[in-house]
Amino acid sequence: MRSRPPAAALTAVLALALAGTGAAMAQTKSTAEGIAEYRQMLADGNPAELYEAKGEELWKKPRGPKNASLEKCDLGKGPGVVKGAFVELPRYFADTGRVQDLESRLMTCMQTLQGIDPAEVMKAGFRQGEKGNVEAMATWVAGMSRGMRFNLPQNHPEEKRFYELGKKAFFFRGGTHDFSCASCHGEDGKRIRLQDLPDLTKNPGDGIGFAAWPAYRVGNGQMWGMQHRLNDCYRQQRFPYPGYTSDVTIALSSYMGVNAKGAESIAPAIKR
Amino acid sequence: MKKTTMALGATAALVLVGCASGPMMSKGSGDEFMSMMKTSFSARGIAKMDRIEQDLGQAACSSDKDPSPAVAKRVEAEALASIQWPAGGQYFGDWKAGEKLAQGGRGMTWTDKSTDPKDNGGNCYNCHQLSKEEISYGTIGPSLYDYGKIRGVKDVTAKSSAEVVQYTWGKLWNSKAYAACSNMPRFGHKGLLNQDQIRDLMSLLLDPRSPVNQ
Repeated sequence: MRSRPPAAALTAVLALALAGTGAAMAQTKSTAEGIAEYRQMLADGNPAELYEAKGEELWKKPRGPKNASLEKCDLGKGPGVVKGAFVELPRYFADTGRVQDLESRLMTCMQTLQGIDPAEVMKAGFRQGEKGNVEAMATWVAGMSRGMRFNLPQNHPEEKRFYELGKKAFFFRGGTHDFSCASCHGEDGKRIRLQDLPDLTKNPGDGIGFAAWPAYRVGNGQMWGMQHRLNDCYRQQRFPYPGYTSDVTIALSSYMGVNAKGAESIAPAIKR
Repeated sequence: MKKTTMALGATAALVLVGCASGPMMSKGSGDEFMSMMKTSFSARGIAKMDRIEQDLGQAACSSDKDPSPAVAKRVEAEALASIQWPAGGQYFGDWKAGEKLAQGGRGMTWTDKSTDPKDNGGNCYNCHQLSKEEISYGTIGPSLYDYGKIRGVKDVTAKSSAEVVQYTWGKLWNSKAYAACSNMPRFGHKGLLNQDQIRDLMSLLLDPRSPVNQ
């Protein structure tokens, strides 16, 4: 890996670059084209690489009370198989009897192999402590499936059940503003302000929606996994607080992941 | 797969009918779903658990199928009956304050401190075009550019304006009165904006001097 400027400095430079192109952009090309170009500009300098490197190190390093690495962790394709695991998650795991997404499965492996209490992850804030470690590992694991296509298994009854629960959750209106996920992500070609909104009731295309997270967000200089993404969606929906790796989050990921069948993963992506 | 979806759709429709005529769903997959929701979410700050307790309209508009015409009609009738018309028959305020409100998207999340409408934005530009000058607008709702002009409002106090004035107030207060599954929040009904704030938005939309009508 090449050496890089610190993330904060990089963010500042990017912010300037964006501000500079803003006015011209509005006149000469659509916002979507502008953002795509800007992503391209950053493509070989995605700070997510730093988290991928951290994640790989954490995966291989003996840690926790059992002083073990995660190299025997089964992410669904057998112990230690990382490549291709991400594009098949969430899926059902016989040892836990649960449908699990990437983050919850990493927590299971940390507990069984390393003896790290899941409570350590649950109690930490996003990007902090053991939760930050899970997110870094999720970033690395996702990156190991870059360019592969989503193909979530739907054979086990629990996988089908979670898909249906996720679909219900997706359309569930609530909160002070009557929003559901579908309020913003149920139709093609819509925007909030200038932000394009993918239609997540179907495959929205390669590297869009479910196929883009985890992602590095330039706007706030933060690396977000899918759990963090869903958490902030629910905040903006004015819902109560969704628990980290709670069933509703895994059900929603199942719904979006199955819908994304055939979409190419570009995770970890870069977002504005 | 198709068959399963259709069967599920039918179940959902039955559940909905059940909702329309009695208390909330009490058995079957709806129950399993709600228990998942209750264990997955927890109250945080101002965002309490009552936010996932659905009313009739929210429940009726929570699937990929529209509610039956009968249910939709009932949602609309109840919403219409709930509208509070402006105190003193005063429908209008200040379009400049309205423009500021239209720009704001804040309020009512678990990171916000209070549920006072004064701390809330109107969220208008998130979904609608309004003035010509603001190019950062969303497209979830229709364009409202020239809203008053298109409707022939030259004087907001004129008798000929009364119908559109009343409709616009009602739409802002409780959008579901005119479309059961409208994507638009019920700003008055849910206490998101107070009467004075809605008056300001009324001026933004209808006042011939407002940037919306230029």
